[in-house]
Amino acid sequence: MTERNPAFVRGEMLPAREPPAGQTGLLKLLRENFFKDWLSALLTVMSLIVSVWFVCSVFPWLFDSVWNANSLSECRQILAGAEGACFAVIRDRWTQLLFGFYPPEQYWRPVLAFALMIVALAPILFPPVPRGLLRFSVVFPGLAYWLIWGGTLWLPVVVYGGFAVGAVLLRMTGRLGAGPGAGLAIVSALTWWFVAPGPVTTVLEQLLPLSLAPVASREMGGFLLSIVIGVTGISLSLPLGIVLALGRRSKMPLVKTISVVFIEFIRGVPLITLLFTASLLLNYFLPPGTTFDLILRVIIMVTLFATAYMAEVIRGGLAALPRGQYEAAEALGLDYWKAQRLVIMPQALKISIPGIVNSFIGLFKDTTLVVFIGLLDPIALSNSIRATADWQGIYWELFIFIGALFFVFCFGMSRYSMHLERRLKTDHR
Amino acid sequence: MANAITFPTLEPHQAFRLSMLLNDGRYRSYTIQIFVLMCLMLGIAWLVDNTIRNLALLGKDFSFSFLWSTAGYDINQRLIEYDTQMTHGRAALVGLLNTVVLAVLSCALATIIGVVAGVLRLSGNPIVARLTVVYVEVFRNIPLLLWILVFGAIMSEAVPAPNAFKGENATAGMILGAVAITNRGVFIPEPLFTRDLGTLNLGIVEPSLNAIAVLVVVIACVLISRVLVRHANRVQSQTGVRPVIWWKTMTVLAAPPLLLLWALGFHLGYPELRGFNFQGGFQLRNALIAMWLGLGIYTGAFIAENVRAGILAISKGQTEAAHALGLRPGKTMRLVILPQALRVIVPPLISQYLNITKNTSLGLAVGYMDLRSTLGGITINQTGRELEGMLLLMLIYLSLSLIISGSMNAYNARVGLKER
Repeated sequence: MTERNPAFVRGEMLPAREPPAGQTGLLKLLRENFFKDWLSALLTVMSLIVSVWFVCSVFPWLFDSVWNANSLSECRQILAGAEGACFAVIRDRWTQLLFGFYPPEQYWRPVLAFALMIVALAPILFPPVPRGLLRFSVVFPGLAYWLIWGGTLWLPVVVYGGFAVGAVLLRMTGRLGAGPGAGLAIVSALTWWFVAPGPVTTVLEQLLPLSLAPVASREMGGFLLSIVIGVTGISLSLPLGIVLALGRRSKMPLVKTISVVFIEFIRGVPLITLLFTASLLLNYFLPPGTTFDLILRVIIMVTLFATAYMAEVIRGGLAALPRGQYEAAEALGLDYWKAQRLVIMPQALKISIPGIVNSFIGLFKDTTLVVFIGLLDPIALSNSIRATADWQGIYWELFIFIGALFFVFCFGMSRYSMHLERRLKTDHR
Repeated sequence: MANAITFPTLEPHQAFRLSMLLNDGRYRSYTIQIFVLMCLMLGIAWLVDNTIRNLALLGKDFSFSFLWSTAGYDINQRLIEYDTQMTHGRAALVGLLNTVVLAVLSCALATIIGVVAGVLRLSGNPIVARLTVVYVEVFRNIPLLLWILVFGAIMSEAVPAPNAFKGENATAGMILGAVAITNRGVFIPEPLFTRDLGTLNLGIVEPSLNAIAVLVVVIACVLISRVLVRHANRVQSQTGVRPVIWWKTMTVLAAPPLLLLWALGFHLGYPELRGFNFQGGFQLRNALIAMWLGLGIYTGAFIAENVRAGILAISKGQTEAAHALGLRPGKTMRLVILPQALRVIVPPLISQYLNITKNTSLGLAVGYMDLRSTLGGITINQTGRELEGMLLLMLIYLSLSLIISGSMNAYNARVGLKER
């Protein structure tokens, strides 16, 4: 082979040059992100058109809003033909949307209960908060009941007394073994709750009156109602759901069947039918003459409903645990409850966090369905506001306000669950 | 399981002592179950006893005979023959059909929106991805009932009244001259036949023979075309050459139905403005549209999240392998990623379909006459049969749920990974 150096082969290196204008900076960014191919370009253009159209049609209406007026017609006068929102309705009725027909001079009570709820939740949600505050979290439900419904403080105290009686009996019967001891404690606590509240409360109230003006359930409404039903349902459905999930995985056929039937039944019917059962039918199932508060009935039904969903979520977490974890717990000689408490549940719950929070969010949103049985949740109040002569024909402003409040709560919950997942992440990937 | 630990070292012939009922893992589960069974039976007996006493107190009996008495109320949307003289049972059936129609429509819409949004959320295009995130978060975090009311308000407040279509300077126009969106409902063209074959009397329902004939022919054509495709597959697997059949299947699929339609004199009846309202064509009522959009778009946000999770669960290597084989991104998604992702997506999709079916019961909010409004609403109010009505309502919803989950699980088993 002879060495040849043809004329078309370059002899020397060329200096590096700038890339073409289309391959750098903003243009490159635009092309790679927004106009990669025709589909991407089409989507970009379409989304831009949709966004611009939405902003152009909604923002003038939103920013040209009236906050000071006493009726929709007054709003329209102020706007004088221009397109604009009439948020005066929110200014006029926000207390009603938040509290329903709760007596205005008592508004401080639900507000205080809400503030205390944040204090009570803090040690559960955020570990830097001192653990000692957990004692307050235990006391909080009774306190909140007293603040919101009023009446005598001694009633919740006496109800807490039932737990104390049970605990004392459990301590005393420790020698009998766990099963009979627990049974005896439960029976005694139940007896206490059936017998004691009436007379004991009366006596204590006469000795030391600690009463707030009672507020009837029918006066409650708005977000107060949503939060009361939602928070109670959420906090009760988690432990019940765990029990039910364990029941479904139990090796005892009877316990398993009961759990499966319960879960499948509740998950197969709409929540509305359960709420109707609460409002129409519950009286049929109770001894003649029994009546109890509609809100309490709704809370019971909502809790049962949420429990079935929670049980399925937790069952998913339990199923995802490797078999070895159960075997390891058994090998350590832990009994069933200890194994569940120390080994299985912490891991299973961690896996199920997204599902648990999803059902919390679903439950909170579902509290709006109580409008169908005549409770005054925010949506029912928006209907009744619209039915008044002053605000007839107003829609979007109320929807925006209610939607925004729900959004804040639910979005907050979902962000917190993401934070929790990151915090509890123990796998080293 | 009372105790995870059993003691196999215990001698089987050890004499039975009473204390073993509590302390021995083998017997304790029986003790617990017998205790639970007794509690359960006591509880049920208590409930039944209370119910009987309450019914006696109210002077009521327990019977479903009200289903055969005259209903006397009107239902605005009906798929089968119904008038106020018919029975409560018939009204419940009309309501059930309305529930099913709404559920099917909403499931279809939610699936389409959900799949599109789920895929778009993973798109490399930041604008599109962000918009999808906004859609998902806004719809997921605001109650469904509010959305249904919003769509109801849009349909009744934000669209023109029929008289806006009137006259020379009409402010609203029909879409393509065929669809009119008004505050009294959406009017779309309806299929009409000049030759009527009559109806088929099945006792409860009387479907039109024309519709049945068209349906039968279409199903037959689909079956024949599938035979053709299967034959082509067989030839391809034997010889390696795929016969060109697209024109055959096209002919088989298109020609017989078109011929039948021509023979029956098929034409479209367009809605027309007469007097104060549109006449002719199908009227989709506002309640149906509001429920459909509300349920479909709301549940679409959840399905989008399921689809996204399903696609993310497929390892990146699959995409890379498909690209290495030279598949374009669209084909990669369609042929490689989605079939695998379906196995992750289908189980949560089933529960979303169940949710849609159950949530159709919110129709009351916008006045949609579904099962809950007919049987569970007006019928119960008129007859005072809360117990029987609610029981029936719950059983029907329960069986609907079981049917959906059963059929979807069967589908899931078919597309599932075959493990051997």
